[in-house]
Amino acid sequence: MGAALNSVFTVSDVRRLAKSVFSITFDAPELASRAEPGQFVHIKCGHSRPLRRPFGISDVCGGKLTVVFEVRGEGTKWLAASAPGRRVDINGPLGRGFSETNGNILVVGGGLGAAPLLFAARRARESGGVTAVLGFRGISNAVLTDKFESVCYGVFVTTEDGSSGLRGTVALPLEELLKTGKYSAVLSCGPRAMLKSVAELCERAGARCEAALEERMGCGVGACLVCVCKTKKNGVETMSRVCRDGPVFDAREVVW
Amino acid sequence: MSRDSHNIDMKVTFAGIEFKNPVVTASGTFGFGREYAEYFDLSELGGVCTKGLTLKARQGNPPPRIAETPMGMLNSVGLQNPGVDAFIKNELPFLKKYDTRVIANIAGETAEEYAEMAQKLSGAGVDIIEVNVSCPNVREGGMQFGVSARAVAGVTRAVKRRSGVPVMIKLSPNVTDIAEIARAAEGEGADAVSLINTLLGMRIDIKTRRPVLANNTGGLSGAAILPVALRMIWQARRAVKIPILGMGGVTSGDDAVEMLLAGASLIGVGTASFTHPGAAIDIRDGIAAYMRENGVAAVSDLTGGVEAY
Ligand SMILES: Cc1cc2nc3c(=O)[nH]c(=O)nc-3n(C[C@H](O)[C@H](O)[C@H](O)COP(=O)(O)OP(=O)(O)OC[C@H]3O[C@@H](n4cnc5c(N)ncnc54)[C@H](O)[C@@H]3O)c2cc1C
Ligand SMILES: Cc1cc2nc3c(=O)[nH]c(=O)nc-3n(C[C@H](O)[C@H](O)[C@H](O)COP(=O)(O)O)c2cc1C
Ligand code: FES
Repeated sequence: MGAALNSVFTVSDVRRLAKSVFSITFDAPELASRAEPGQFVHIKCGHSRPLRRPFGISDVCGGKLTVVFEVRGEGTKWLAASAPGRRVDINGPLGRGFSETNGNILVVGGGLGAAPLLFAARRARESGGVTAVLGFRGISNAVLTDKFESVCYGVFVTTEDGSSGLRGTVALPLEELLKTGKYSAVLSCGPRAMLKSVAELCERAGARCEAALEERMGCGVGACLVCVCKTKKNGVETMSRVCRDGPVFDAREVVW
Repeated sequence: MSRDSHNIDMKVTFAGIEFKNPVVTASGTFGFGREYAEYFDLSELGGVCTKGLTLKARQGNPPPRIAETPMGMLNSVGLQNPGVDAFIKNELPFLKKYDTRVIANIAGETAEEYAEMAQKLSGAGVDIIEVNVSCPNVREGGMQFGVSARAVAGVTRAVKRRSGVPVMIKLSPNVTDIAEIARAAEGEGADAVSLINTLLGMRIDIKTRRPVLANNTGGLSGAAILPVALRMIWQARRAVKIPILGMGGVTSGDDAVEMLLAGASLIGVGTASFTHPGAAIDIRDGIAAYMRENGVAAVSDLTGGVEAY
């Protein structure tokens, strides 16, 4: 893992993937060469917002770095309004990524949690095999499935309303896949409730599970202690920094 | 180097301690220096101020601990730290490797606790003790002390008795008369004061009708508080003779010059580092640029230089 750096990079491409979901790509060879799956970048979204916005790194390819994001508030709105050529201030890559990307990997994503898993899936593909379970609210929110299909052995899509793939949550295919006992690790990212249930299913099946968490951030580098989540190791509870000790944690260590 | 090629003098002698330049990091925004050391050489700073230390380790408040505000932010960290002994053993040796001053920020629940920590830390080799009587995010101690002149006097007296290094009292802006509190600290022998700590604030999520912070309230920092900080530093400057470490909303060299003119001798940079990891260095360079452009030979000549109406 290379050290982080703070610099200005040029937008090379912006695409709309769903109604309010965009992908943005930067010409950033220095970031791309250092990035590890599960790490994030901290982006300055305009002048009037003092805090940077954190986004998981979704793809890295030929000196370019991509993040996929949903428009939520002012910062993401500013980012979505970018055009190629815009100069954007980025700090990264930050945090601790997935440690298990070798072997037979199962990635489990909920909503835009799928984004950083794409980078992880590509990495896993280099040394072994990878299967994906992706859960969305409905077909109009289902993004990146084509990209996963080009990288994975199998892609199982679930939607809450049954408009695409299986109706229900990621728990359904996940339970079946875990029964095969052939995965060396499960990598997950998505809403906290989903991560918790994935962690429980993996625990029961005796599978190793890593979870990428989200928390509101200040510095993004580990200095201000605003982004904590409770973790437990050897019986000792700690307030760990999502930005530095995470965002990826061993799921057994998270106090859900 | 305090004199650069254009012969400007950035050195500041503060409470008898020499700082190579007037820029220090503000407590709680810079950890114990390790993280930002990946972005620049800490020896470039006048000094580093540590996260607030307590006698025993503290977990702090539950998350969310941060809310963005117009040109600022609220935090409710609640003094999460490993405790003073762990700091001395695991963190201080790292900071001592750099050619920069180390300011240890302490918070206690009683005057006695403050005094005990000051004794340990001054024995361990920190340069200055910053006594935080102004944390808005803890129930015991903290701001309870800082809003009463009598309590500030009591804590100052206790710490002065046991500290082997200069003692600086960090004042709360959540008071009606900052001059009275500053005088109380000076009266008991404080070597300096620092101000301002964060302003107590709140934000509410209108969808859930719940506070954004799990602690309900938090401390406001960042550019939004600069005018309040300037006003209070100016008032404190007129009330006491001891030097002032000014902070609150400084994001540029020009902001820092304003604060020096208001009466500060050193400048603390906090929230600005979240926006730009190299902010403290840019601010130092911004002060130097102002001095060159305006023919100011020594940065200490700026302190208190405002000509009030
Ligand atoms: C490690 C990490 C990785 C992330 N990866 C992605 C990603 O790949 N794609 C994506 O769409 N989103 C991702 N998010 C969430 C994303 O950071 C927020 O949606 C974004 O900050 C919202 O900014 P805004 O200005 O549009 O919203 P506003 O609501 O205006 O933001 C106000 C403040 O709250 C913070 N905030 C709001 N929502 C969140 C949130 N869910 N998590 C953290 N901070 C938040 C903002 O950063 C800002 O400081 C990630 C968050 C974290 C912590
Ligand atoms: C996240 C955060 C944590 C802080 N923790 C402390 C602390 O532990 N002790 C303290 O005296 N001040 C603490 N402060 C206050 C700062 O040191 C400083 O007084 C204040 O933020 C104003 O400066 P700024 O606007 O440049 O950030 C904290 C501020 C922030 C933003
Ligand atoms: S955001 Fe500052 S420690 Fe994580």
